[in-house]
Amino acid sequence: MTQLALVIDLNVCVGCHACVTSCKQWNTSGWAGPMVDENPYGADPTGTFFNRVQTFEVGHYPATETVHFPKSCLHCEDPPCVPVCPTGASYKREDNGVVLVDYDKCIGCKYCSWACPYGVRELDAQQKVMKKCTLCIDRITDQTLPESERKPACVLACPTNARLYGDVHDPDSEVSIAIRERGGYALMPEWGTRPANHYLPRRKTYMHVSPEELQRADNPLTKEDLTVYTGEETLDDVTW
Amino acid sequence: MHPALSVIFLTTLIGAGQGLFLALVTGQVYAAIRLIAPQSAEFYAGGSALALGLLVAGLGASFFHLGRPERAWRAASMWRTSWLSREVIVLPAMMAMVFLYGVFHWLGWTQPLFVIGAGGLPVDATLVFGVSGALVAFALYVCTAMIYASVKFLEEWASPYTIANFLLLGLASGFMLAAAYAAYLGTELVGFYGTWAVIFTLLALGTRSAALIRNAGLKHKSSLQTAIGVRHRVIEQRSQGFTAGSFNTREFFHHRSPRFVARLRLIFLLLVFPVPVLLIMLAYVLASPTLPVLAFAAQYVGLLAERWHFFAEARHPQNLYYQSVS
Repeated sequence: MTQLALVIDLNVCVGCHACVTSCKQWNTSGWAGPMVDENPYGADPTGTFFNRVQTFEVGHYPATETVHFPKSCLHCEDPPCVPVCPTGASYKREDNGVVLVDYDKCIGCKYCSWACPYGVRELDAQQKVMKKCTLCIDRITDQTLPESERKPACVLACPTNARLYGDVHDPDSEVSIAIRERGGYALMPEWGTRPANHYLPRRKTYMHVSPEELQRADNPLTKEDLTVYTGEETLDDVTW
Repeated sequence: MHPALSVIFLTTLIGAGQGLFLALVTGQVYAAIRLIAPQSAEFYAGGSALALGLLVAGLGASFFHLGRPERAWRAASMWRTSWLSREVIVLPAMMAMVFLYGVFHWLGWTQPLFVIGAGGLPVDATLVFGVSGALVAFALYVCTAMIYASVKFLEEWASPYTIANFLLLGLASGFMLAAAYAAYLGTELVGFYGTWAVIFTLLALGTRSAALIRNAGLKHKSSLQTAIGVRHRVIEQRSQGFTAGSFNTREFFHHRSPRFVARLRLIFLLLVFPVPVLLIMLAYVLASPTLPVLAFAAQYVGLLAERWHFFAEARHPQNLYYQSVS
C-alpha cells in the first residue's frame, strides 16, 4: 500500500514561510479553495491556512538554538479524526493514504478538530466546513503535469529543500531512506496516531581527529628506520 | 476547550428531558406495583410534553453548533465508528418514545395488553413504551457522554467519570424537574420525586467531585517536547506563525482568567448540589408548591455553569503549539 507523506528537515528549514504562502496560493485557487481570509488588511486578520511555520527557542541564552517548525496535517496512518466524523466527510484515501475532507458532506460540527491532537484542521469561517492540508491532492494526482511537478506546492516552493515528499511505505523511497538514516521521528508518538509525516532532527556534525590519525604512528618504515632525518625528503613524502 | 453555548444548552436540556421522562416512568412503575398512588393521564401526558419540549429545545440548540445545519441529516450515517452519529440516531428515537408515551396516556389507550403473574401486574402500551424508552434514555446519556469521553487526547474528559456525571446530573435535574412539576400541579408525588432528586444529586456530587479532583492532579501525556520532538527541558515558543487569531486560537481555549474559571466552579458546586437539596427539603417541610420549581431553576442554572466549566477545564494538546504570538 502507498502512504504519501512529507518529511520535514528541521536541520535546513530557515523559517522563510515560502511553504505557507505557496500552499495558500495553490489551494485557495484550486480544488480545496477558496481559503477564506477575513479582515485581511485590518487590525485582526484571520483566515484559513493548511500550513504554518512556527518558531521555538531551545535552551537558555547564550546556549540557545532556534528551531523553525513547519506544521501541517501529518496524514496519520491511524487518523483519530476520521472515525469520529458523523457524516463520513472525513476520510483517508485507500490508494495513497492522504486524509481528506469531502466539503459537500461536512456539516461543520468541528468534532474532527477536537479529535486531532495536532490542531491541523481549521473550520473555514465563511464556507463553514472543515479544511485541512490535502497534500495538494489535485497536483500530485494530475497526470497532465510533468512528473517533476506532481508534488505538493510547499515542496516545490521550499528554497532549502527542507521538505521531502514521497511514499513512506516504499523502503527505497527518498523519504523512507531519510527517515531511516537521518533519525526521522513522529510528533506526539504517545497517542499512537502513527503520523505518516516525519521530521528530521537538527544536527551538529562533529568529527574528532586525533594526532595519531594525522601522523601514522604505526608506519613500519618509521618504526624500523633508524636514520636521523634533517628535513630532506623521506619515503613518507613520496607519492606513488 | 471553548465552551459553546449551543452544546452547553444541548447537553443540559436533553439531560433534564431524559431525566424527567425517566422520572415519569419510574412513577408509573411504582404505581403499577402499588407502591405509590397512580396518577392521572394528564399528569403523564403533560410531563411527557414537558420532556419532549426540553428534547426539542436541546436539538434546536445543537443546530446552532453546526456550520452547515441543512446537512445535519447526514450525521446519522457513521454510527459504526462515531459516538456523535450514534447520538444523532438515539436522540430522535428518544423523542419518538416520549411522544408515543405521552400520546398514549393522553388518549387513554391504557387498556392492559397482558397481565404478568397471578397477582396481576397489568402491562399496557404506555408501560411498554415507558420501559423501552427508559432504555433509550440511558443509551442517550451514554452516547452524549461518550462523545466527550472517547476523545483520548482530552484527558480531562477521557474517563468513566464523564459518563457517570452526564448520567447522574441528568437524572438529578430530571427528577428535580419532576418534583417541581408535581408540586406545581399539587400532586402528592413531590416527596417521591424530591427524594430521588436528592439521591441523584448527592451521587452526582460524589462523581463530579471525584472528576474535579482527578483533573486537578492530572499529568498530561503531551508536552512541548513531544509536540515538536526536541529533547530539551527548556523550550519556548517565539512565534506561532501568525500575529492575529485563527481557528486554532479560538476553538480550543476559553479565553478567561483562571480566577473566572475558579469562581464559576464555586458557583456550580453551590447551585447544582447544596442549594437545590436545601430548597427541596425546605419545600417538603413547608409543603410549598413553588420552592421545588425554584430548586430546579437553581440547579439548571448551576448545570449551565457546570457544563461551561466542563468544557473550559479540558486542555487540548494542540494548545501547546499556540503559546506565543511573536
